Amino acid sequence: MRYLMLVCVDPDKPEEEIAGAPDIDVWVKDNDEQGIRLMGDRVRPGSDATCVRVRDGEVLLTDGPYVETKDLIAGFDVLECADLDEAVEVASRHPMAWHGVIELRPFWVD
Amino acid sequence: MTDEPASEVIAALYADSWSRIVATMIRFTGGDWNLAEECAQDAFTQALRRWPDEGIPRQPLAWLTTAARNRAIDTFRRASTEAAKLRQWAALEAKAPPPYTRDSEIPDERLELMFTCCHPALNLDAQVALTLRSLAGLSTADIARAFLVSERTMAQRIFRAKQKVAHAVIPFRVPPAHLLPDRLPAVLHVLYLLYNESYSDQQHKARLSTEAIRLARVLATLMPDEPEAQGLLALMLLQEARLATRLDAEGELVTLEHQDRSLWDRKRIDEATAILESALRRRRAGPFQIQAAIAACHATAASVEKTDWPQIVGLYDQLRRVSPSPLVDLNRTVALAMAQGPETALPDLDTLTASGRLDGYHLLHAARADLLAKVGRDAEARASLETALELAPTDAERRLLQQRLHPGRT
Repeated sequence: MRYLMLVCVDPDKPEEEIAGAPDIDVWVKDNDEQGIRLMGDRVRPGSDATCVRVRDGEVLLTDGPYVETKDLIAGFDVLECADLDEAVEVASRHPMAWHGVIELRPFWVD
Repeated sequence: MTDEPASEVIAALYADSWSRIVATMIRFTGGDWNLAEECAQDAFTQALRRWPDEGIPRQPLAWLTTAARNRAIDTFRRASTEAAKLRQWAALEAKAPPPYTRDSEIPDERLELMFTCCHPALNLDAQVALTLRSLAGLSTADIARAFLVSERTMAQRIFRAKQKVAHAVIPFRVPPAHLLPDRLPAVLHVLYLLYNESYSDQQHKARLSTEAIRLARVLATLMPDEPEAQGLLALMLLQEARLATRLDAEGELVTLEHQDRSLWDRKRIDEATAILESALRRRRAGPFQIQAAIAACHATAASVEKTDWPQIVGLYDQLRRVSPSPLVDLNRTVALAMAQGPETALPDLDTLTASGRLDGYHLLHAARADLLAKVGRDAEARASLETALELAPTDAERRLLQQRLHPGRT
């Protein structure tokens, strides 16, 4: 099962060192080697983002307003896991789970 | 068994085995919860139609499971257009039927179902609703009535929960050992919630309490190494043993001190205390075991006066350490007043009142009124009683408080 893992910043929580928080490089290497992490990357903050809408056939670009998570998403990963428990386990070893919050979205399956 | 009418045998099987068949079918269909329930329902319908004429099969549970399984295969065949899927299901069909050869065997599926229903990725409302539907086999209408929501709302809640289980692939299994301590409390909590839900309104929800006890029994049997599961079962049995005396002939609430102890169910109390003792021997007392121990002190005392109040105070102290709450503090001060007199308990109760944490809770003010009256501060006692009356949530409790405010008047 594929899960989109949204890595989100908690705006109320300063990103300081947390004792025992896992190392991101180790996390990436581990999960890449096991074939769990299919891809992933960091993304620029909301201030560099663009909204695209098509209305009445016309493309409208705006700088916001952004949906709530837009400002918070710092990156994403695509995971291939047996089930939610495995995905939760992988997510809980990501350092941002310790600093912010991680949202797991199952892929749409027909 | 064959001497009984088929309909009675089927009703008994429905009560005992609904969740086993659903659980088996969830596994068989690869997690399709709705199809699993449909197939289980269909198997019982077929039994109702055929058993009265054809006789009850020698292995009724295996018969039902096979019928449900065949229905799932049919459904899939009819829906399937892809050759690959057909092949996959042809392979499934060739598999041996689930091994329900002896009805006495307790399969793990029910436990797996319980943990799936109570997965922390589902919210608590969904957990309770799903547990009731899948494990207790209650209808959506029954569950909606118990939780005072419309049938439509409850149907949506259950539908969404099942969808999430399927789409997010919430696994159908007992979690690995390292997650058990995290997950078991939620399962126990859901069962106790279920029980209390019925306890608060015994006329309409008697069936829920029976189901909650049955499920707690399953859990305690399947997890003999988890003393909290046994503690929960003991606690429910002890409360159930006093159920008949909670209301008088007019349907009015009767407080513990006025209940007719000769009517308490001795057999249940003995069973509960035996279960509790075996749990406590493991020396891992959690909140349910401690609450059960307190309930056991009450259930085994000959009267209010002969109750071991000092021990109850000690147990509340223990409960405060493992599961602190203002409610525990309140109950402790009531026990302390019984053990050492109202003068000793009043300062503790004043501190709790001043903290404001139970401001809106009528029993805080009722308890305070009681202690104030006992030390002769009548005017203050009256004021507290009036506050309690204003806050009381049900008519029955208001009438009980009215009685205390105006003794003799009905």
